[in-house]
Amino acid sequence: MSTETIDLKTRLITDFHAREAVMNGEASSEFHQKKRAGLALFEQLGFPTIKHEEWKYSNVRDLISVSYDFNAESSIGLAELEDLKVPKQEANILYFVNGRYKAELSTIISPVEKITISALSEAYKNDPVKVASYFNELTKDANDAFTALNTAFTQDGVFIHIPDNQSVEHPIILRFVSDAREQNVGSQPRNIISVGKNAHVKLAEAFRTLGDQRSFTNSVTEIHVAEEANVQYYKVQNESENAYHVGTTQVRMLDGSHFYAGTVTLNGKFTRNNLNIVLDGEHCDAHMYGLYFPDGSQHVDNHTVADHQKPNSESNELYKGILRDKSKGVFNGKIFVRPDAQKTNAFQSCKNIVLSPDATMNTKPQLEIFADDVKCSHGTTTGQIDEEALFYMRSRGISQSEAMSLLMFAFCADVVQQIKIDSVREYLENVITQKLASK
Amino acid sequence: MLSINDLRASIEGKEILKGINLEVKPGEVHAIMGPNGSGKSTLASVLAGREEYEVTGGNVVFDGKEILEMAPEERAAEGIFLAFQYPVEIPGVTTINFLKTAVNEIRKYKGEAPLDAAQFLKMVREKAKLVSMNDSLLKRALNEGFSGGEKKRNEIFQMAVLEPKLAILDETDSGLDIDALRIVAEGVNSLRSPERSTIVVTHYQRLLDYIVPDYVHVLYKGRIVKSGPKELALELEEKGYDWIKAEVEAVG
Repeated sequence: MSTETIDLKTRLITDFHAREAVMNGEASSEFHQKKRAGLALFEQLGFPTIKHEEWKYSNVRDLISVSYDFNAESSIGLAELEDLKVPKQEANILYFVNGRYKAELSTIISPVEKITISALSEAYKNDPVKVASYFNELTKDANDAFTALNTAFTQDGVFIHIPDNQSVEHPIILRFVSDAREQNVGSQPRNIISVGKNAHVKLAEAFRTLGDQRSFTNSVTEIHVAEEANVQYYKVQNESENAYHVGTTQVRMLDGSHFYAGTVTLNGKFTRNNLNIVLDGEHCDAHMYGLYFPDGSQHVDNHTVADHQKPNSESNELYKGILRDKSKGVFNGKIFVRPDAQKTNAFQSCKNIVLSPDATMNTKPQLEIFADDVKCSHGTTTGQIDEEALFYMRSRGISQSEAMSLLMFAFCADVVQQIKIDSVREYLENVITQKLASK
Repeated sequence: MLSINDLRASIEGKEILKGINLEVKPGEVHAIMGPNGSGKSTLASVLAGREEYEVTGGNVVFDGKEILEMAPEERAAEGIFLAFQYPVEIPGVTTINFLKTAVNEIRKYKGEAPLDAAQFLKMVREKAKLVSMNDSLLKRALNEGFSGGEKKRNEIFQMAVLEPKLAILDETDSGLDIDALRIVAEGVNSLRSPERSTIVVTHYQRLLDYIVPDYVHVLYKGRIVKSGPKELALELEEKGYDWIKAEVEAVG
């Protein structure tokens, strides 16, 4: 029984030291030093409780109440992955199983001069100085236990580089599969994506679970957006009823770049998404769209940051949610306008439909503005379905359930339409239609 | 076709309709007029099945069926159509998709196979022409950003597509200038047939210059207090409602 009483934090720290003890010269590398710093920060912070301002409405007690195998082997092969495929998807498809990049399962169709894709470990072997300098570069100031934990235990994610002036025609889809058929699994993928000057690329991260055991995903993706680059980045979560997910996407944008993010949470027991965008250049524009549909006792928390550091840039944000049953939703949107960031335009909106008296939505816009010549606005609404619209549709012969589906689908439409990878958008439209019709 | 017998309805405990009796035969046009607050729009809403109103007495038989227990969508499928005084804007749902859903839900109710996309489009184009509805509006979100006239025309267009047996026009003239009024009225007239009945709810006589009724009823304080031929509307236009009120008070 004694092992059961050891909490997850202690277990993880012990694990780290045990692994470090069997390392050879690698332990002194810059890469490992960053991991060790990650561990130290995690040790200091510990898992957050609801007393922590950033975790006030999202309790991780349940998440950390069991242990997870972070090194689980999986027998998943192409046959199982076939079932998870999205139709008509002509794309570079990268598979990750339990957090590790699987080159042998992946298909890369874009030519090598347009993209370099390799496992993080391999990229590090080829160019240790460069990869070590990228690793945790954007997240180094994050005072966040989960990010620190990911840094300490970074699994073999992927390193993607798009050279300057390249336009990648086919999207890059990162498909993360947790194999929870046999046991509780944990995965901590770290991905580093570097988009060169004036390069254009569409990316998507898709999270799925196999099996009914628990899965815990703690992912971190760092995206470097160079001058004039155009990046579209989508995150789609369609996980199991036993899936716990904490994910951070950290973005830095340089002069004249464009970044579009779409975060769609279809399913999962507990989801916390951190999307942090630093507009570290002039004439940048960042767009953040989000959509979530929790039901049952699901919990979805989106924390976003638009950090304006330089003048003349714009950020624009729209998050929407439909909450049913006893589900909970959280939205926290921070906008920082630093003293140098004059002529900033920053807009934020969060709209929710709460369909059950037992469902709750907590929204918190947070604007911190240190420049005086800026335009910022924010707004949140939480309401029920529009009864007048419902009656209008029913008076034309449309049944109540069909009218509800149409209205809810319409509510989501302005976010769904922002997904510019056709196969992903069509997949979402199908899943959302089914999900809305299911009750 | 429609038989309303001693219909009583209230909202939030306040009785609005206090015993309405009305017979409408196939092909007839009935105008219901009356001062503000007399219960005209309530009557239209209760017939269409708006749930905020509580029916406290009487019955309504449409085509041999008692309809007060029916859901709004069942009444629509049976052939009752309400043209709204304030058509609702529904962002994200195109007019064409909305109507396709409506047509096929009604077909399903009647046990008919759904129309395929080509059949539906052909039908819709014909109907749009009939009521001078611009094709470009069909692809836009339902009523979103439409002018007052466009919204009302969209109501008549929907009526043309759904081909109801009974059309109830609730203050369709409100907010329309004379040109828009004429276009809407022409649309309604083009849909007149010996099988289709119409109830025109209006405060003013001017709509009745274009949609000429067979009968005019005056609703006051929740009851029909006077009925007559179309000339009654002209009399109301000339003399206002005060003499009706005076008559009622004298009797009451």
